[in-house]
Amino acid sequence: MHKEAAIREPLILGHKSYHDITEDVCRPIEDKAPKMWYILFGIAAIIGLYGVGCILYLLGTGVGVWGLNKTIGWAWDITNFVWWVGIGHAGTLISAVLLLFRQKWRMAINRSAEAMTIFAVFMAGLFPLIHMGRLWLGYWVLPLPNQFGSLWVNFNSPLLWDVFAISTYLSVSLVFWYIGLIPDFATIRDRAKKPVAKKMYSILSFGWSGRAKQWNRFELISLVLAGLATPLVFSVHSIVSFDFATSVIPGWHTTIFPPYFVAGAVFSGFAMVQTLMLVMRKAMGLEAYIHTKHVEYMNIVIMVTGSIVGTAYITELFVSWYSGVEYEAYAFINRASGPYWWAYWSMMTCNVLSPQLMWIKKLRTSLIFTFIISIVVNIGMWFERYVIIVTSLHRDYLPSSWSMHFPSHIDIGVYVGTIGLFFVFFLLFARFFPVLPLNEVKTILKSSGESYKNAPDAHHGDDKH
Amino acid sequence: MTVDLNGCIGCGACLIACQSENNVPVVGKDEVRRGREMHWLRIDRYFASDIEAAVGSRKDHDLSKISFMDAAEDTAENPTVVHMPMMCHHCNHAPCETVCPVAATTHSNEGLNQMTYNRCIGTRYCANNCPYKVRRFNWFNYPSYKKFTEINPAQDDLGRMVLNPDVTVRTRGVMEKCSFCVQRIQEGKLVAKEAERPVMDGDVTTACSDACPTNAIIVGDWNDLKSIVRTSSDDKRAYQALEEVGIKPNIWYKTKVRNHENKELAGLQQEHKVEAHGGHGEAHGEDHGKKAHH
Repeated sequence: MHKEAAIREPLILGHKSYHDITEDVCRPIEDKAPKMWYILFGIAAIIGLYGVGCILYLLGTGVGVWGLNKTIGWAWDITNFVWWVGIGHAGTLISAVLLLFRQKWRMAINRSAEAMTIFAVFMAGLFPLIHMGRLWLGYWVLPLPNQFGSLWVNFNSPLLWDVFAISTYLSVSLVFWYIGLIPDFATIRDRAKKPVAKKMYSILSFGWSGRAKQWNRFELISLVLAGLATPLVFSVHSIVSFDFATSVIPGWHTTIFPPYFVAGAVFSGFAMVQTLMLVMRKAMGLEAYIHTKHVEYMNIVIMVTGSIVGTAYITELFVSWYSGVEYEAYAFINRASGPYWWAYWSMMTCNVLSPQLMWIKKLRTSLIFTFIISIVVNIGMWFERYVIIVTSLHRDYLPSSWSMHFPSHIDIGVYVGTIGLFFVFFLLFARFFPVLPLNEVKTILKSSGESYKNAPDAHHGDDKH
Repeated sequence: MTVDLNGCIGCGACLIACQSENNVPVVGKDEVRRGREMHWLRIDRYFASDIEAAVGSRKDHDLSKISFMDAAEDTAENPTVVHMPMMCHHCNHAPCETVCPVAATTHSNEGLNQMTYNRCIGTRYCANNCPYKVRRFNWFNYPSYKKFTEINPAQDDLGRMVLNPDVTVRTRGVMEKCSFCVQRIQEGKLVAKEAERPVMDGDVTTACSDACPTNAIIVGDWNDLKSIVRTSSDDKRAYQALEEVGIKPNIWYKTKVRNHENKELAGLQQEHKVEAHGGHGEAHGEDHGKKAHH
């Protein structure tokens, strides 16, 4: 069996057995939810409902309830869209890319990171829908056969590529997540005593019986799906970046956007995973499974992608001068010193400075520091998208059109509402779904578990299942 | 189309003519303050002067006070101005056309950019991508939303008589822009067709060109080498706005020429004793501000 080096730190701390793993993950689902869960869920639901209300008002009255105008056609709507999609990329990277790289440390976090991705993509998908002037005709972006002549969609449009990219991303992520969940649902089904729970988990576990052949197919399909999902990590956000890169607006029209956006997405996504995991591990007693090692590795990813983002900022600044294009140069002078200078500098400090602190081992292994920085990074990344979108639009080629953007109550309400909705989904996930991939974590117990790592091989006989 | 900046006096008749011809909604003070006026045609002004600061001029507290741009923000005592009407340029390589996901804005084989209201789902990418920023979005249902009852005369049965029956009234969520008065173009083509001859000057006019008191705006068949519009755009003074963006617009502007005392040039002439008067002598003393042209 797989033998891991003695000096490599264990991935599962403490004296855990297979049974312990099952218990640790299933207990929060089977027991009554702690009071805190109800409180948090209540708050999230209220905020989410407020957001839904704002959206209904928007759809009923018109896009004019937002703070947009003739110059600035996109502001918070598309900022939020890109922000949420970016956050989603971490889950796919953890599940797919790290699987292909055989990084066993991903196992403790991939289930909840994938869940985060799916809920983030739900939230992201809301914005292109509600930002449309005539949402009820939104289905026209789908290339369906029709009697209009036939009238097809415009394949040259990046917004259309978005439709394909985001829907592919959502469907592949959902399938990948669900397939991985099946054996775990079966475990819960087998343990379930109450009839409703048993019925629900029976349906969810899709007839899983744990036969060797099924496990065989399970491993195979996980690899196939990982192979499918990996290119999506790079393509989806590249396509989202094309929404801007293919335009003619200074500040948008730049070839650095695809790698810059993909790096930024992974950056903000991992930060969100950190935020969620650090709370979740404490709340659900999973400290043995998600510990400093995982936090440190994720911080290293944050540091690397943050550095790429920082490099992209410097490149943009350099090229805006080097290009000799006065509009490009002004776009960046305006960003740094114009009326939105505060957004630009928030972005710079949050995104460039904070990940560089991760070079210090003491800081990147500190859970408190990580938690604070993860929130700072997400704030910074929101500002990055706001700066890109709004500062480029509000002062472009002709000064007669220069304008200012101020968010309306509905702009803010919808955004905060999506955060509430996201937590509604995530709390439901934590309550009813296994947050750790039981089956995967068990595969690394014998090789990377603290109590098994350096024990002699004779221990094989005393496994407790 | 050509717009002669020598002719334009900034009176705004074209703006109002366009508004009435094309059922452009009135949105009221509130919305205009938010930057949502619906005028398909606007008149940009470019000011220039030797800076002699106006009495009591107040410097902007903008942080964009980078030294080489400071001068542009000082209020001058007696600036000169160029009025530049801006409407949809019907670009041959239109940035708005490529980005619409549902192909609601397309290019006709006659060179017009066609805005198809009933196909538009209102993503507003076309407006974002327009470097001239001439596209307008219907933020609310101006024809029926109660907020505009006191503002939009076309909301009641009598007021609706102001509307031009040849032009659709747009609902909310739809993008609109100058169409070169396509309804008049169609009418003009029909006149020519019935007379069994090609379109000639005078058949097709736009509301703005008709209304202009100085005939600054000229419209016609640009492919007809003998038409007024073609001769006008072939003129030495003709240039295109934001030409370097590469979108191949269909509007030519003709540089404003002033008889203006230019100290620099006068100094040069003193030094080099240029004999020939007129020619290029005084006629180049025009600063067009930030407008790009050659």
